[in-house]
Amino acid sequence: MAENVTPRVRVPDSASAGEAVLIKTLISHPMESGQRKDSQGNVIPRSIINRFTCEFNGETVIDATLEPAISTNPYFEFEALVNESGTFVFTWYDDDGSVYEERKDITVS
Amino acid sequence: MTHTRREALLVGLGALVATAGIPRLAFAATTEERIAEFTGGAALGEGGITLTAPEIAENGNTVPISVEAPGAVAIMLLAAGNPNPDVGTFRFGPLAASQMASTRIRLAGTQDVIAIAQMADGSFVKTAREVKVTIGGCGG
Amino acid sequence: MRQAKRLVGGGAVLVLLLAGAALADPDHDELIVNGEIEMIVRAPAPPHVENLDEIISGWSFRTDETQALQMDDFDNPGMLGVERALVMFDTPMGTAGQACSSCHETPEALRGVRATYPKWDEERQTVQTVEMQVNECLTERMGAEPLGYDSTEMVDMSALIASVSRGMVVDVAIDGPAQSTWEKGREMYYTRFGQLELACANCHEDNAGRMIRADHLSQGQINGFPAYRLNNAALISVHNRFRGCIRDTRAETFEVGSPEFVALELYVASRGNGLTVEGPSVRN
Repeated sequence: MAENVTPRVRVPDSASAGEAVLIKTLISHPMESGQRKDSQGNVIPRSIINRFTCEFNGETVIDATLEPAISTNPYFEFEALVNESGTFVFTWYDDDGSVYEERKDITVS
Repeated sequence: MTHTRREALLVGLGALVATAGIPRLAFAATTEERIAEFTGGAALGEGGITLTAPEIAENGNTVPISVEAPGAVAIMLLAAGNPNPDVGTFRFGPLAASQMASTRIRLAGTQDVIAIAQMADGSFVKTAREVKVTIGGCGG
Repeated sequence: MRQAKRLVGGGAVLVLLLAGAALADPDHDELIVNGEIEMIVRAPAPPHVENLDEIISGWSFRTDETQALQMDDFDNPGMLGVERALVMFDTPMGTAGQACSSCHETPEALRGVRATYPKWDEERQTVQTVEMQVNECLTERMGAEPLGYDSTEMVDMSALIASVSRGMVVDVAIDGPAQSTWEKGREMYYTRFGQLELACANCHEDNAGRMIRADHLSQGQINGFPAYRLNNAALISVHNRFRGCIRDTRAETFEVGSPEFVALELYVASRGNGLTVEGPSVRN
């Protein structure tokens, strides 16, 4: 089980209706690939974030499938369309069954 | 938890072997299989998809890449020279302001990064870029 | 001193290592972090660095992609360590029931510390690093166990302490009571170590800017430490990097936190007097 998993996101506090807002996300996670061995020669089991989603007011912005080739501390940058004030929900799904969620409100004028 | 370059290279053993020649087909087939799964065997067009990646990556552990395909429903990324070519797939919802995503990926060695976009009309376009991954001078 | 051998001419091994080395100069990009912290990445060499005209931050030797990772705190994975340390800063540790914040209130109160360390400590009659100072607080004021010199917690804390001094000019004192330690560090810098018989100076002074295989040799400045190294996907302390360098010369290396590395840190830090504090930086 990965320790110290902390998600963080950057979303502007406000935007104009219909504006494209740039979103950045980063989650601290080792993204253990399952390809490495420990000092005793045993394979270190795969343990990664395998899915990341971003929704705004219940509608999908992006839904990403992640494989072990995504770097340690997975980082994503993308653009969302906002037509109204509301809440972004970011969700990361861990191989170990953990689900990490982060929410950000945005005021749209 | 740290990933050293030496371990990254171990990961890349498959890639090195592939470079040597013999089992290249096996890996190529895997990449081809992934593409076939994604496209359902549809023809791959060109254009309308942009993959931005460094020509030379200073370190294969963290290679920043960006992909954009206006009008795409989904974009799949593959690293043809990794032991497992899968990198990830982005599906864009109705609130995606652009069909663009940036991330950071692991590359086991110099190789082609491939991006395939599924367009709204069901067609597919492909692009690829070679990224040279350098072997360090120290601690490498 | 182990495998000590004063700098002499020759250096056949280095010639081999650098065979075919092409010049690949550091770039002239400007570093402004978060659009507000202006860094000095090139400065005239201080008078005590007799063999260089200009000192250059390691940032200038990296590719545009690596450089970009340090230009915005959100993009910099080293800031994850800073965030972890922020939690620790407010957490009471030890029998005195005190947190770092009990005395220092906010990390910003420690602004300036990174720029002047390692520093002579009058009470202890020794040169102290930031890590030694943190452990002094933990053991003597807070009644807590010391952190491992190179533990994740210590490197995170050191990253936090560096982060609040970012943009300040490095200005470590090399005279007065610190002078003998500084001279010991200088001696080490020019001493060849290991089977490869390499001194720090062979790579980072004589050949900075050249390629060692596919790696771009920097001046080995430490104003960016702790550094998030892509090679390790983790924050790395100065002493950890020293150990790695000496190991790569195929020598028995000194321990992190050893008097030898404290002296070397003081000397190497002083070679960067005039550059700005960048930690946590992003390096290869």
